[in-house]
Amino acid sequence: MSGNMNLTLKVWRQKNDKTRGKFITYQANGISQDMSFLEMLDVVNEDLVRKGEDPIYFDHDCREGICGMCSLHINGRPHGPKQGTTTCQLHMRSFHDGQTIVIEPWRAAAFPVIKDLAVDRTAFDRIQHAGGYVNVNTGGVPDANGIPIPKTVADEAFESATCIGCGACVAACKNASAMLFVSAKISQYALLPQGQTERYSRAQAMVAQMDAEGFGNCTNTGACEAECPVGIKLTNIARMNREYLNAKLFKEEEAH
Amino acid sequence: MLNSKAPAGPLAEKWSKHKFNLKLVNPANKRKYTIIVVGTGLAGASAAASLAELGYNVKSFCYQDSPRRAHSIAAQGGINAAKNYQNDGDSVFRLFYDTVKGGDYRSREANVYRLAEVSVNIIDQCVAQGVPFAREYGGLLDNRSFGGAQVSRTFYARGQTGQQLLLGAYSALNRQISKGKVEAYNRHEMLDLVTIDGHARGIVTRNMVTGAIETHAGHAVLLCTGGYGNVFYLSTNAMGCNVTAAWRAHKRGAFFANPCYTQIHPTCIPVTGDHQSKLTLMSESLRNDGRVWVPKTVELAQKLRKGELKISDIKEEDRDYYLERKYPSFGNLVPRDVASRNAKEVVDEGRGVGASGIAVFLDFKDAINRMGEDTVRAKYGNLFDMYYQITDENPYKQPMRIYPAVHYTMGGVWVDYNLMTTVPGLYALGECNFSDHGANRLGASALMQGLADGYFVIPYTVGDYLAGLGFDPVDEKHPSFEKTRKEVEDRVHRLLSLKGSKTVDDIHKKLGHIMWEYCGMARTEEGLAKAKGMIQELRKEFWEDVTVLGENEELNQSLEKAGRVADFLELGELMVDDALHRRESCGGHFRIESQTEEGEAKRDDENFRYVAAWEYRGDNQPEVLHKEELEFENVKLTQRSYK
Amino acid sequence: MSKSKQVLSSSLGKKLIMSLTGLFLCSFLVVHLIGNLQLFYNDQGKAFNDYAYFMTHFTPIKIISYLLYTSIVVHAIYALVVTIHNRKARPVGYAVYRGSENSAWSSRNMGILGTVLLVFIVTHMSNFWWKYHNDSVPYVEYRTDLKTNQTTVTELVAGEFTEYVSYVDNEVEVIKAKDLYKQVAFAFKEWYLVAFYVLGMAALSFHLIHGFKSAFQTLGFDNRKYIPIIRFLGIWIFGVVIPIAFAAMPLYFYFLK
Repeated sequence: MSGNMNLTLKVWRQKNDKTRGKFITYQANGISQDMSFLEMLDVVNEDLVRKGEDPIYFDHDCREGICGMCSLHINGRPHGPKQGTTTCQLHMRSFHDGQTIVIEPWRAAAFPVIKDLAVDRTAFDRIQHAGGYVNVNTGGVPDANGIPIPKTVADEAFESATCIGCGACVAACKNASAMLFVSAKISQYALLPQGQTERYSRAQAMVAQMDAEGFGNCTNTGACEAECPVGIKLTNIARMNREYLNAKLFKEEEAH
Repeated sequence: MLNSKAPAGPLAEKWSKHKFNLKLVNPANKRKYTIIVVGTGLAGASAAASLAELGYNVKSFCYQDSPRRAHSIAAQGGINAAKNYQNDGDSVFRLFYDTVKGGDYRSREANVYRLAEVSVNIIDQCVAQGVPFAREYGGLLDNRSFGGAQVSRTFYARGQTGQQLLLGAYSALNRQISKGKVEAYNRHEMLDLVTIDGHARGIVTRNMVTGAIETHAGHAVLLCTGGYGNVFYLSTNAMGCNVTAAWRAHKRGAFFANPCYTQIHPTCIPVTGDHQSKLTLMSESLRNDGRVWVPKTVELAQKLRKGELKISDIKEEDRDYYLERKYPSFGNLVPRDVASRNAKEVVDEGRGVGASGIAVFLDFKDAINRMGEDTVRAKYGNLFDMYYQITDENPYKQPMRIYPAVHYTMGGVWVDYNLMTTVPGLYALGECNFSDHGANRLGASALMQGLADGYFVIPYTVGDYLAGLGFDPVDEKHPSFEKTRKEVEDRVHRLLSLKGSKTVDDIHKKLGHIMWEYCGMARTEEGLAKAKGMIQELRKEFWEDVTVLGENEELNQSLEKAGRVADFLELGELMVDDALHRRESCGGHFRIESQTEEGEAKRDDENFRYVAAWEYRGDNQPEVLHKEELEFENVKLTQRSYK
Repeated sequence: MSKSKQVLSSSLGKKLIMSLTGLFLCSFLVVHLIGNLQLFYNDQGKAFNDYAYFMTHFTPIKIISYLLYTSIVVHAIYALVVTIHNRKARPVGYAVYRGSENSAWSSRNMGILGTVLLVFIVTHMSNFWWKYHNDSVPYVEYRTDLKTNQTTVTELVAGEFTEYVSYVDNEVEVIKAKDLYKQVAFAFKEWYLVAFYVLGMAALSFHLIHGFKSAFQTLGFDNRKYIPIIRFLGIWIFGVVIPIAFAAMPLYFYFLK
């Protein structure tokens, strides 16, 4: 395939979390429409290395849209101009010859930049540590078919469980709120019978950790849902609100 | 001769008896032991969580920014388990039998039987964790069938089974992290193994953000670091998947078994150009309804490639549905290795399609005519969308282009029945070890093995080793730690001193080409010998002419890649050696010299019914072959045929 | 920290406060509109002035009205607190941010809309509420002959009025009251005030199109059967009918009276 697109990239470069960053302009020439966005950056990086310049650092791993490692705020939108896709699955045919592309890292106090376009998303892990699990040990569990779960419930729990933890919801939200992420996990367990025993303590603990991490508050703009690469729905946030308020206002069980 | 330590006695009683004979560690004493788990995929996360639940102190490492990103997450199809929920004649023995046969009789019977046995517990465990498997309207679990089996035993969560299982294991891991029983080290890469008196006692890691080279001590080390498919540069593996941890362990004494057994998956999206960084798998299930074909003649194929003809211009009689022609009874549903090899054959003849000519068609026209577009969409919609997204070609309107790609490595670190390597205290779990899939892995069995090892095998077997150790903490002052750390540091600085003209990717791509060409879907004595020389040349070129930028004390992708490729260059040569020595065809290893009259893989059970485990004896020394004879007491060895 | 304090300081607790106060203010709008529709009666303000007296002197309503003022203040303060918090959550902004691609304009500008509304409320209250309570409005006497149903209206001077009276004498109903109606008619002869009111109602419309359904989302209401009803109410009743009806009042007085 011939590469015939020439692009101007304005890329955020920042050595580490202690230094200040700035935009640097690069030319990406001979880009093929069939390249993924990250492969386009690979080409730019190979050129930089040949010139002895530090390549642009960005997070990525599986490159098939499921690991959630890739990020990038591209021309004002997380994961670029197409909806329902991660940056690694975004292809250069979504851009045109001569276009200028501005590439920035996720911006949020809870996601500090560690280098160039890579941010530290361990805040998400810590929220999961607070309660994103069912308290069962390995072994000694009932037969898998012991508790029937209606298909509609299982499917809805699955929809919530497909979150890839990329952080696009935080990046898209004008308040840098993480509620879509947190609510997806709370929803999954609130729906399934296996999650019932700690349903309310979980909601309280996870919300408390979310607040402690310094994410913003939800103002229901719906940007997170629109930009989520896997289509996590806003109804999850409604469910989280209900779980939390129910827990705080009407349940006596305390978060542990 | 290697001793697998598989217990004697009837197959079905081996594991129960063995569990009883394993030594136990008193609950109060478990907290006196620290276990290092490298990797957080299905095997690593499940092992770390289960061991911490038992009371051991666990240190868990991954190179990604979060344990949840390990590449197990990308598995699509499902996980096998001998639940027999469908009442269709499945049993532990049948799953065992299918797996041994699918592996072309190159796996260890006792391990495979244990795998089949604990498969049922895995599903229970995952459901209890809140993994949302697909269900039927009655609320019970749904199953589907998968390649190489005549029963429906595959549990799944739409096309994201790996993701859901991994998030389940990750949640169990998180629970232990919150309890303080697991210490998690993200963005840490294991760069060496520390041994004291021949026992594994710790690892050396590099903090990928700060560059700090650190040592970590433990009473046992578990490698759960996945496969080495990225030695081919292009594969369905994640970009970061690498062999470094396993390879470093190999150089410290762990034998490497059957490195030449690689699985090439037939239905992947073809390469579009040199810029390609990875390959994307399309689920095998597509072959249930898609028909594979190429033009009958080279001339037609050429015209098609140049755009002088459109696909619709090729008349039905000019299309060669070669799988249906050659294998009338299995047709498009032949096993992975057969389908892959035949695609290579027609492409090599010059009949490939697409601009590059390195692809074959997978055509759904007949299926759409038969069932209607809506039914096809309901069955394969998400896969069609993914294909459309990547290629910008609408598979409802024109055939998909597919080509095989490296997907899984059956070979790996040699382990005994306890999953212990030849280094006492060092274990290997999941794809990282070699044990359960023989020369070919069946679909939906990788997830099963990873979780079986982590949840249900290692918690028993590691105790047997620890119980013999005494309660002293590992002596972190021991000179081995500082010595190994220094060696790692020297290596890092040596890499950073390379200031040549090639990039690391240049070398990696070349290595990939060599491996794919000579150690890929079909191998010959001559080609392999040539490849060996080429890899040695390439290794020289790497150390003389590659450039590695930046410094150690930062996130440095040049450095990370360089270290990994340096190890791939060594592994590649061992793979070639292994493929050279195995003068038979079996499973994913096809030697042109060893085929049946119909051109199918021909095993040589007389001479090669063994595991080839290679021992490292020092730089530039030939590796020494050790054999583990494979005994088959419960299945009869037959030649596979899919005619 | 006590449990209630925990709730109020948590992100979701703050949302709860915003939601409940917002919905309470929405319910007030309905009552306020129904009352104010009496401005359109062609009775020279008799019904309206009567209603104004009732609203300011009936004890339960007085209590509710103080709850209302509190709601406005709390809603505004929490909005400010949440906004400051949200700003801190993204200390370094994007060079390019295309919110229009993923969210509605009103949802992203609730703070600005709310500020306009706050200014509106202050202006509105100082124009009418403050003047009404501080004897800065004229007084009026309505004498209605119950036999003929004829009403005569007399403007009273300050000395002739001490407090609201309403009695029937000789089959003539006499009402003496503060003439808020006249104040309204007088105020809405100023074009700039009329323009300001129309602008205020436009802000109200956008504020409620997002705010009404948003409040239910915050309360955790996601029932698939009823969500369409909430959306309909939010857009058509609170986003269109109510703001237009309110905006019609100044326009009516400016152009038709």
